[in-house]
Amino acid sequence: MRHLLSTRDLSRDAAIELLDVAEDMADTQLREVKKLPTLRGKTVVNLFFEDSTRTRISFEAAAKRLSADVINFSAKGSSVSKGESLKDTAQTLQAMGADAVVIRHPASGAPQTLATSGWIDAGILNAGDGTHEHPTQALLDAYTIRKRVHGSASRGKDLDGLRVTLVGDVLHSRVARSNVWLLTTLGATVSLVSPPTLVPVNTTGWPVAIGYDLDEAIEGKPDVIMMLRIQAERMRDAFFPNSREYSKRWGLDDGRLGKLQATTIVMHPGPMNRGLEISAAAADSPQSTVREQVTNGVSVRMAALYLLLSGDREDA
Amino acid sequence: MTTHTYVLRRATLADGSTADIRIANGIIAELGGSLSANGASVIDADGLLALPGLVDLHTHLREPGYEQSETVLTGTQAAAAGGFSAVFAMANTSPVADTAGVVEQELALGQEAGYATVQPIGAVTVGLAGEQLAELGAMATSRARVRVFSDDGSCVSDPLLMRRALEYVKSFDGVIAQHAQDPRLTVGAQMNEGAVSSELGLQGWPAVAEESIIARDVLLAEHVGSRLHVCHVSTAGSVDVIRWAKARGIAVTAEVTPHHLMLTEELVRSYDARYKVNPPLRRQEDVLALREALADGTIDIVATDHAPHPTEHKDCEWDAAANGMVGLESALSVVQASVIDNGLLTWTDLARVFSATPARIGRLSGHGQGIVQGAPAQVLLYDPSAARVFGTEQLAGKGMNSPYLDLTLPGRVVATFHDGYATVLDGTLRPADEVAQAALSRRAGSHV
Amino acid sequence: MSARVVLQQADIARALTRISHEILESNRGADDLVLLGIPTRGVILADRIAALISGIAGTAIEAGSLDVTMYRDDLAKHPTRTPAPTHIPASGIDGKTVVLIDDVLYSGRTIRAALDAIGDIGRPRAVRLATLVDRGHRELPIRPDFVGKNLPSAQTERINVHLVELDGADLVSIDEVRA
Repeated sequence: MRHLLSTRDLSRDAAIELLDVAEDMADTQLREVKKLPTLRGKTVVNLFFEDSTRTRISFEAAAKRLSADVINFSAKGSSVSKGESLKDTAQTLQAMGADAVVIRHPASGAPQTLATSGWIDAGILNAGDGTHEHPTQALLDAYTIRKRVHGSASRGKDLDGLRVTLVGDVLHSRVARSNVWLLTTLGATVSLVSPPTLVPVNTTGWPVAIGYDLDEAIEGKPDVIMMLRIQAERMRDAFFPNSREYSKRWGLDDGRLGKLQATTIVMHPGPMNRGLEISAAAADSPQSTVREQVTNGVSVRMAALYLLLSGDREDA
Repeated sequence: MTTHTYVLRRATLADGSTADIRIANGIIAELGGSLSANGASVIDADGLLALPGLVDLHTHLREPGYEQSETVLTGTQAAAAGGFSAVFAMANTSPVADTAGVVEQELALGQEAGYATVQPIGAVTVGLAGEQLAELGAMATSRARVRVFSDDGSCVSDPLLMRRALEYVKSFDGVIAQHAQDPRLTVGAQMNEGAVSSELGLQGWPAVAEESIIARDVLLAEHVGSRLHVCHVSTAGSVDVIRWAKARGIAVTAEVTPHHLMLTEELVRSYDARYKVNPPLRRQEDVLALREALADGTIDIVATDHAPHPTEHKDCEWDAAANGMVGLESALSVVQASVIDNGLLTWTDLARVFSATPARIGRLSGHGQGIVQGAPAQVLLYDPSAARVFGTEQLAGKGMNSPYLDLTLPGRVVATFHDGYATVLDGTLRPADEVAQAALSRRAGSHV
Repeated sequence: MSARVVLQQADIARALTRISHEILESNRGADDLVLLGIPTRGVILADRIAALISGIAGTAIEAGSLDVTMYRDDLAKHPTRTPAPTHIPASGIDGKTVVLIDDVLYSGRTIRAALDAIGDIGRPRAVRLATLVDRGHRELPIRPDFVGKNLPSAQTERINVHLVELDGADLVSIDEVRA
């Protein structure tokens, strides 16, 4: 794998291979010695132009457990805040001999620009770009679903026949986009539930059904319900009137939690707004995978880094 | 030696007929079969089209203020290389062209360089800020004789201000060239809003933000009985609105850029900022509607919106990149590929939409009169059967931000004549000092 | 490029039986014995030897698998290797005698990686090495304790081990890689 930029162009086989490698990584994380020597001597740069402590430490843990040297480069306090361009930063990292760059950027497409620019040879791993994609989040979500459904027999399995409902701010969500492509590729049927203001105006080409009514979606007995984070500042741009109305219409509150099937998996990519898009009871219920998602995130990112940095790096 | 007399031997005219053309004393002195050389430089134009020098109603020359992007000299060199004899220079310079002083400076820089006639456009509002009318009358009566006013880059979005501007320029037969973009509907906009933007996660620039402003403006123009020109029309819906307005008898004219006639939003999937432009590249349906509209006269002219930028403004992530593409050097080839080669327009139509009509809309004398005896010698020799891989070596201006690099484009400009002297010969720009000297003697001659 | 068969099915069966006896003898019985096969074919061989030993000694002994992919030092020099699962028998390896089992012993780098992997899992009393074929060309100070067949080979040759569980037949062949 030369780069990991999106799930849109990930094949079913490549996705399953990555999830299977993540299973192996997860196994090693149960041992007393969690560290593997695999990436000894490799340098992984976490290039974060946007604050995200959770994603950064997840990648950092993944890289360190594979014995890579990790350099954290955050836009704050770096020369980026002094107006240095992405190009200059990339060339600096190239000069320092980075083998992989994990990039989080507020501009959609920045990882692709980095990967195709010729500024840097390193493998590029998209850790979330603007409102475009967040592939490792979708991979860890798929991993979590697969593990809940298939348990220790997960290896080699896809998500065939599962029905997954994503709820919330699809328009601004890179998590939603990455999940739509990946879960569909893996055989799941994905539907979206959102205020009409928070779905893109044109989703022809998205392999999804779109609805506006959460209760109706719950009556359809989905296997998985994934709540997306809603940013309170969206109400200032008139996407919805206020958080109370949002929560009432599109939040997974206790009443809706009670109406879910006992087997329905409740997911959230975090960080959660408890009481807004998800109630505390829902977040902490046995159906919730919120904490598993965090744990699995490290294994999936270890797998991604391994696949990115192994193999013949010469071929593009 | 400095007589600048040429005979273009066996040139093909736009209507398909063949003629020799004698250029002397700045005009097309003679048109006919087998003209005698009589001391003139003879150019073998066999198989070449002789077209009237192109007139671009929408060029960004960047000077004064942004000389790292382009200067009047380099921008008009790009124009000459593309077969243009006149360009209208947009007002978004620094300082903004909102006073007689700035437009006269631009005029003078153009005359000095000599590669093409530079006709300044004046700003509608002071500093393009959209708040207060600029001194439109002073610019109109200045030596630059400004007739086209535009805040291009920004929309005159205040309906009252737009109404006043339309009314005010009537006294000197001016026209407001509107950059139609509702600012509130396009906050943070990065590309056409639609299926592709949804997928790429780029903030959308909805077609309605253009169409609603055009609809409002044509109604305002009707109400006050003024002339309106719509810059860079980019959507099928805008075409419908303009078609409706023209049917109603409203004095509206409209332009389309070469890039909107050829390229679509699909290119944005690369996140290559060379494809970032405002208004953005649209859908294939829009491209087809624009071609149709140019063919049926709904859209009056082609204009380049030539917008040079330094490399660093494009060599970055999409959101941070500047809007705009260079277009002068590639314009004729792109138009040929988009609407001529497929039979939508003839070369006669081309001469109308890219020379005669833009000169008429801009009230520019000395241009757009065609290849006729006695007309000022604005002439272009073009080889439509040539094909070339478009590369940076064909970019004569400073900007390298062309979306056509590495594409094979038809046609090649072989020679350009401005006011009777050559700015391009054998497909190569003439040296700056030679052109400046020729321009100087032409001005001296015409004042004698 | 014709393959030359060097071990037939009966040869392989004999070699594994002999190795099983030798392991029992050197361990003085089947107590505290753990067989770890190195994927892919080492795991199959480990299962076979475990069955043989169980039959000889009369007590079931434990076999597992040990994936060494993540411990290799040549990640960037080969196409990406997909790791295989590691299965350590439930009683673990601490204090046990671990016998590593692989199909072909060559440079020794795989075994080096295996020793590192074992170190991260536990602390055996001793580690031994069994291989069906030893083809020489060691690059590290590693030697096998139990060898099915020594096959001196040129580095231009390739040794192919076929096992019935995976390849439909038991045989070992040699062919020339460089034409």
